[in-house]
Amino acid sequence: MNSQKLVISPAPHIHGSNDTRRMMGDVLIALVPALIVAALVYGLQSIVVTAFSVASCVLVEWFVQKFMLKGPSTLGNLSAVVTGVLLGFNLPANIPLGLVAIAAVVAIGIGKMTYGGLGKNLFNPALVGRVFLLVAFPVAMTSFPEAAGAVSGATPLAMAKEAIKAGVPAVEVMQSVDLGAMSLGMKSGSLGEVSVVALLLGFVWLLVRRVISWHIPMCVLGSMALFSTIAWVCNPAEFMSPMFHLLSGGAVLGAVYMATDYVTSPMTKKGMVIYGVGIGVITMLIRLWGPYPEGMSFAILIMNSVVPLIDKYVRPKRFGAPKRVK
Amino acid sequence: MKTFPIGGIHPSDFKEYSKGAAIEQFPIPAVVNIPLAQHIGAPAVACVAKGDRVVVGQVIATAGGFVSSPIHSSVSGTVTAVGPMADAQGNMKPTVTIAVEGDEWDESVDRSQTIVKSSNLSPKDIVAKISQMGIVGMGGATFPTHVKLSIPDGKKAECLIINAVECEPYLTADYRVMMEQGERLLLGARILAKAIGVEKIYVGIENNKPDAIAYLEKLACAYLEVEIVPLKMRYPQGGEKQLIAAVTGRQVPSGGLPIDVGAVVQNVGTALAVYEAVMKNKPLVERVVTVTGPKLASPKNLLVRIGTPMSALIDYCGGMEGVGKVIAGGPMMGRAVSNIDAPVTKGTSGVLLMPTEESLREKEGECIRCAKCVDACPMGLEPYILNILTQKHDYDELERHWIADCIECGCCTFSCPSYLPLLDWVRIGKAEVMKRIRERNAKK
Amino acid sequence: MGNLVTTILVVSGLAALLALLLFLVAKKFKVEEDPRIDDVERMLPGANCGGCGFAGCRGMSEALVKQDDIASLYCPVGGAECMKKIASYLGKEAAEREPMVAVVRCGGSCENRPRVNRFDGAQSCVVASSLYAGETGCSFGCLGLGDCAAVCDFGALSINPATGLPEVDEEKCTACGACVKACPKRVIELRKKAPKGRKIYVSCVNKDKGAVARKACKVACIGCGKCAKVCPFEAITVENNLAYIDFTKCKMCRKCVAECPTGAIVEFGFPPRKVATEEPQTAKTE
Repeated sequence: MNSQKLVISPAPHIHGSNDTRRMMGDVLIALVPALIVAALVYGLQSIVVTAFSVASCVLVEWFVQKFMLKGPSTLGNLSAVVTGVLLGFNLPANIPLGLVAIAAVVAIGIGKMTYGGLGKNLFNPALVGRVFLLVAFPVAMTSFPEAAGAVSGATPLAMAKEAIKAGVPAVEVMQSVDLGAMSLGMKSGSLGEVSVVALLLGFVWLLVRRVISWHIPMCVLGSMALFSTIAWVCNPAEFMSPMFHLLSGGAVLGAVYMATDYVTSPMTKKGMVIYGVGIGVITMLIRLWGPYPEGMSFAILIMNSVVPLIDKYVRPKRFGAPKRVK
Repeated sequence: MKTFPIGGIHPSDFKEYSKGAAIEQFPIPAVVNIPLAQHIGAPAVACVAKGDRVVVGQVIATAGGFVSSPIHSSVSGTVTAVGPMADAQGNMKPTVTIAVEGDEWDESVDRSQTIVKSSNLSPKDIVAKISQMGIVGMGGATFPTHVKLSIPDGKKAECLIINAVECEPYLTADYRVMMEQGERLLLGARILAKAIGVEKIYVGIENNKPDAIAYLEKLACAYLEVEIVPLKMRYPQGGEKQLIAAVTGRQVPSGGLPIDVGAVVQNVGTALAVYEAVMKNKPLVERVVTVTGPKLASPKNLLVRIGTPMSALIDYCGGMEGVGKVIAGGPMMGRAVSNIDAPVTKGTSGVLLMPTEESLREKEGECIRCAKCVDACPMGLEPYILNILTQKHDYDELERHWIADCIECGCCTFSCPSYLPLLDWVRIGKAEVMKRIRERNAKK
Repeated sequence: MGNLVTTILVVSGLAALLALLLFLVAKKFKVEEDPRIDDVERMLPGANCGGCGFAGCRGMSEALVKQDDIASLYCPVGGAECMKKIASYLGKEAAEREPMVAVVRCGGSCENRPRVNRFDGAQSCVVASSLYAGETGCSFGCLGLGDCAAVCDFGALSINPATGLPEVDEEKCTACGACVKACPKRVIELRKKAPKGRKIYVSCVNKDKGAVARKACKVACIGCGKCAKVCPFEAITVENNLAYIDFTKCKMCRKCVAECPTGAIVEFGFPPRKVATEEPQTAKTE
C-alpha cells in the first residue's frame, strides 16, 4: 500500500537533545569570554596561539584517524577543537608556535589517539600536551609576557612561592597582590587562567546547558579552599590566604574545564566527589610544599589514573537496594 | 511535588496533537483478527471453530492457565479461520478471524449508559469476574489483572495505586478516559480496592495534565478513600516501581514485586475495564487507542474493537503519507510495527506514526564516558557497562551489575549523546541473564 | 670509580637476592599437576574455541587425562587424527566421529527474498530477532546481520554482500558449532563433510504453509513432499511444512534436487549435470 519501506527499530524511538557535537560546542561557547579577556590582556598573540593550537590538534587527529587508525573522520564531534582550545589556554601567550605544534602532537597523537581515540584515553589530552612542554621546555613554559596592568612577568603563584622561600612573610606578600584585579584578569599566567570571572561565566553556561554537573568543580575548589584555609589559619606567616589560592593559577580553569573532561573523569556522582577532592588536595600539596608553584595539571593527571579504580568500586545508588543488614 | 527518587528524563510530551480529541467510536470493520496471545503468560485456547457464529462478548478462547486470560469476540459474525497469522512484528501467532455481520451483543452485557455505583459481590467473586471477563493490564504490559489481584499468602496489600501518569509522550488515551469517564474510573478503582481489601486509593497524575488533576479532585470529594496525587512530570514515572516510590516513598526491593511494599498498581484503562466488567458484565472487547503523530492530518482518540487492523485506524486518521515508522504504543517503550495490517490488541494503547525524517536513528558514535546514561537510569544501573558486557557475553558479570533490575524504559538510549543503542544490547543481556537465573532456580 | 663499583655490586646483589626469593616462592607454592595435562594440551589445536564444550583447550585436556572413558570427548577442530594421537598417548579409546562442516540453510538472498522493511537498530541478529520477524516476509530465515561471522574464531564465515547471506569457507570451518549456537534463527547446521566439498541439503528452515513461505521467498521449501517421495533411501522427512534430509542416510543421488519445484534443495561440489537444461531452477549450484 505504501511503497516506502517502514523502519523497524527497538524502542525508544525518540532521542533527547543530547549530542556529542552539541555538548562540545557548548564547551567552546563557555570558553569564549575567557578568550576575549586573554585577547584584551595579552593582545592578538593569544588568539594566534589558540587558533594555531586548534588547527594543529585538528590536523593531528585527522592525520592519525585517516592514515594510522584508518577509520572514518572523527572531527565532526568537535572534541579535537575543544582539546585544541584548552591546550592553547594552558600555554603562555608568547610561546613559540613550534612548541604549540609539538604539544598538539603529544596531546592528540600520544594522549588520545594511541588509546584508540575519543572515549578511550586515560589522561586528559590537553594536559598531557601541557605537562610534556612544562617538563621538556620549562623556560618557555614559565616565562610569561608582561600583562597589561600586572605587576611582573611571573605568575602570582610563582611570585609568592619565591618570596616565601626567600623569607618574606606571607602577610606581606599578600599585601602586594590585588585580589580584585587578579579575578578580573590583571595577572600573568597562561592564556586561559587569566580571568576567573570570565571562566566562572562559562561555568554557569555549562551548568545551565547541563553539559556538566557541579560536583567536580565544586569539590576541587571546595577542597582547595578548605585545605588552604586550614594551612593559613595554622600559620598565616608562611601560607597565602585561601582567596589567593582560588583566584591564582589554573585553579578555576582546571576545576571547571580540565577536570570535568568526560572521558577522564568518573561516571558516578559519588566518584566525582572523590575525584574532585583528590584533585583539590593534591593541587594544594604541590602548591604548598612541592617544587612547582602550580600543581593543578599534575593533580588532574594523577587523579585521571585513579578513575578506573573509582569506577570499579564506586557504584551509583541503586533503586530498591536492600538496606544494610545489621 | 512528589516524584521518584533517582534518574529519569524529561522528554517533550507531544500530547497536544491528540489531547483535545474526544473519544470517538471507531466503526466496526468488516473483518477482525483476534490473536489468542494478547497477554503475558500462556496463550488462550480457542474454543470456536471455522463456521461458528459468534456474538459480541462471547468467549472464543479460554484461559490457557492461571497466568492467562480468556478472549471474547469483539464483533458478531462468523468465524472464518482459526490459525496462524502474522502479528504486528511479522511473527506467526494463533489468531481467530471473524467476518462481521451486524452488531449483536451477548444478552448478559448491560449496554446502558447508567452508572451502577454499588455491587454486593465479595472480593473473591470480583477477582473471579475480572478473570472471566478477560481483563489484563491495559497500560501496555498486558499482565492478567486477576493474577495481580491475587495477593500471595503472607503478603498484605495496603494501598491501591491507580496509574494515571501516562508518561509516554504522544499518548492521550488515559487522559481522555479520565476527562470523559472519571466517575466510572473511580468506581472501577473502588472495586479493585475492595478486591484486594484495602482502604486507601491513590491516583497518581503528572502535572502536565492539570485539568485532569482538577477534575478528578472534584469527583474525589464523593470518594473519601481516593487521594489524587499530583506528580512532577518526569519519565518513567508510569513505571510501576517508579510510581510506587513517587506516591508512597517506598522502594520495591531489587528482585521483588510491588506487593512486597504493600502496593498494587492498576492502570486507568484497566480500572475502567474493571468497572465495565464487574458492574456492566462487559468483557474486554474494545479499548481506547490514541492514533497520533507529528504529521498526521487528524490525530484522534478512538474506541476500537479488539482485532481491528491498525491500518484501518491509520486510514481513518489521515493515512500513511510521509510515514516512516509505525509504533504500537508510545515512543519510549512501544514496538515498531512491520505489519500494519496487524490487529489492535488489549495492550495497544496507541498507534504512533513517525514521519520519515524522524524514523531513522542517528549514526552511532563512540562512548565518551559522559555518564548521562548513569544519571538517567531510574534503577541506578550503569548502562554503559551493561552495554559492553553484553557484547562480550559476560553474563556472570552482568548479573553482578544488576542487569535483572532493568525496566527497559529507554532512558539510557534516549540520553546518550553518541546515539549508542544501549538498550538494544542491555535488553539482550537481561533476557539471557533472566534465563540463567530461572534455570538456576529450577535446578534448586 | 668507587661509586660505579658500589652501584654494580648493589644492583647485582639485589638481583641475586630477588632471584633466590622467586625461586623459593615458586618451590613452596608449586601446584602438583599431572604432567600429561600439559602434554595433551600441546597436542590439541590450541584454538580455545569451546567447540568441545569446555571453556578452552586446557579444560579439555584436563578432562581427557582425568576421565577413564573419553569416548564422549571430541575435539572438532583437531578432528579424528588429533583424537587418535591423544588416545594412543594416554592409552585410552578415542571416539570416532565423522568430520562435519557448518551449513547455512537459507537461500533468501536479496533477489529471492525481497526486503519489505528496514531494520535500524544495533547490528546484531539477536537484537533483530528478539524484536521482530525480520526484514523480509520470512520469519524463519537468515537475518543477515552476521552474528555467526562475528562469533567464528576461524574466520570461516563471512557475509556475502551480494546475497546478504553468510558463506562458509569449508577449508577453515572446524565444525566447532559456535555459529550454530550464535544464530538466533537456528539457520546453521553441522552436517557431515563429504569428499570434494559435496553436499546436498534443504536450504530453507521456513515452517510456514507453502503459500505463505513461497510468497516471502522464491526458494522457500513449501513442504510439498515431492523430495521425500523420490528419495530411494528414506532420508527425507517433511514435518511442519519443511523437508529435512538426514545426512546419515543420504547417499547423494541428487534425485531430490532435480525434483524440488522451488529449488530449495541445493547441491554443491558435483560435476555439472548432463540434463541441466531440464531444470533451470537448480542453476543455483556452483
